[in-house]
Amino acid sequence: MSYEAWILIVGSLAGICCGITGCFLILRRLAMLADAISHTVLLGMVLAFLISQSLNGFYMLIGAAAIGVLTAVFVQLLHSSGIQEDASIGVVFTFLFAVGVILLSLYADHVHLDVDHALMGEITFVPWDLVKWGFLPELPKAFLMLTTVLIINLLIIILFYKELKITSFDPQMAAAIGVPVLLIHYILMGMVSMTTVASFDSVGAILVVAMLIAPGASAYLLTDKLNIMLIMSALLGVAAAIIGYYLASWLDVSISGSMATVNGVIFAIFFFFAPHKGVLSKRWSQRKLKLT
Amino acid sequence: MNPVEVQNLTVAYQKKPVLKNVSFTVPEGKLIGIIGPNGAGKSTLIKAVLGMIPKATGEVRVYDKLYRAKERVVGYVPQRGSVDWDFPTNALDVVLMGRYGHIGWFKRPGKKDKELALNCLEKVGMQEYATRQISQLSGGQQQRVFLARALAQDAKIYFMDEPFVGVDAATERAIIELLNELKQQGKTVLVVHHDLQTVKDYFDHVILLNINVIAEGPTEDTFTLKNLHQTYGGTLAFLEKGDILVGQK
Ligand SMILES: Nc1ncnc2c1ncn2[C@@H]1O[C@H](COP(=O)(O)OP(=O)(O)O)[C@@H](O)[C@H]1O
Ligand SMILES: [Mg+2]
Repeated sequence: MSYEAWILIVGSLAGICCGITGCFLILRRLAMLADAISHTVLLGMVLAFLISQSLNGFYMLIGAAAIGVLTAVFVQLLHSSGIQEDASIGVVFTFLFAVGVILLSLYADHVHLDVDHALMGEITFVPWDLVKWGFLPELPKAFLMLTTVLIINLLIIILFYKELKITSFDPQMAAAIGVPVLLIHYILMGMVSMTTVASFDSVGAILVVAMLIAPGASAYLLTDKLNIMLIMSALLGVAAAIIGYYLASWLDVSISGSMATVNGVIFAIFFFFAPHKGVLSKRWSQRKLKLT
Repeated sequence: MNPVEVQNLTVAYQKKPVLKNVSFTVPEGKLIGIIGPNGAGKSTLIKAVLGMIPKATGEVRVYDKLYRAKERVVGYVPQRGSVDWDFPTNALDVVLMGRYGHIGWFKRPGKKDKELALNCLEKVGMQEYATRQISQLSGGQQQRVFLARALAQDAKIYFMDEPFVGVDAATERAIIELLNELKQQGKTVLVVHHDLQTVKDYFDHVILLNINVIAEGPTEDTFTLKNLHQTYGGTLAFLEKGDILVGQK
């Protein structure tokens, strides 16, 4: 397949994975925690490398999921011992991330796993980073990882749809009918971690937060139904990847940066112009109320 | 067999005790008011009884068995302000959540659940609003949706946290009618209530709470000025001026 096609496919897959996961982050107001996890997974990746002595994507996913969930558990522990949530997130985030950076510089200096790459990522190189998994032909590693994560994410959302929905809307009621609220929270954080790592190669830890939050936030402004919000966020994630790619090749700028920027621009447009929930539409209906 | 028996319940948030040695017994088939000032621990009491927050000490028995949330004999109506009404969902969907405890893992609500949920919406006079986005409902309508969801839980005992707060007079009447109907069906309904004026009209039994149980029993013997003074302390003088105690005469 052509170079261009691989970039578009990988960008779109990242858009879908991040978009659908991000919807739940928006509804649960967990953007801050997602930001923290997108950094602490670095520790998971380094540990996976040190233990397995390989850059195998599968170990990376497991390491990331483990540390991502651990981040959420630590934050929960600090928070329930009386520390404010944002302070808890700040402490855990910086601590685990720092441990990751130290381990990386001590033991993994010589490998391709450098901090710059993990933070900034660059989708431009994705088509040449090929691996062979089982009976499959050689394929870009980012493509395989994102496909795996997409399947996992879809399975989780389909299997636990009602639990994700009720714990997002009314965690108290959920607890009262015996839904394991914390377990569902940790499963979601595991999803966020794996999604982040799989998207790293394409966009890096900083931009992945934009890809996680923006499509869900835009979709939230466009619909009143959770299932449609999920579908729209996936479509918007894909749209941002495709528009971002062509914009980047036209302006000759970083493709990843361009994709993230388009995500932000799409959100800004809907923030003002969304049919019912946009700022202008709200202003307009308020004015009409006043006039009548 | 009593529907609910609470013994020596103590609950603390970060070491600060919010409920201390609370014990009471709830009689079957009655409307019970849980009365006390802001911060008295009324919501906490419900959450601890339902196992939603950990107990420091104490025991809760429901129909003589130690209570576990999965048993589905208890329905719950949280305070209306405890959820985000901008959540992308409609009234029918919220009522369907009342069925989730009956459905089990990996399954979706079926046709029967939907019929039952619509039926519950009808009971609270909200059938025309089934597909209305929940943020487009008034406070009273939102409260009715919560009530319909509790009905969909099809429980024997109901705990309702301030269902009358922020609703219009018509909704308040509709709710109290519904509560009486539940009572006629032999269900036990516990309601956290704020408006002291209506306590005598609404409830058969009251629990006066302020960290401890101040008094508990049939409304006539228990809802007395003396007990209220003990429950509300200094704030009651202010309340009396607003002549809430008309029911006392
Ligand atoms: N999650 C919490 N963390 C810490 N303190 C809490 C929490 N929830 C309630 N409290 C405190 O516990 C006390 C009782 O609260 P609550 O049960 O909500 O009272 P009520 O419902 O009677 O108004 C209050 O002082 C409140 O500030
Ligand atoms: Mg309360």
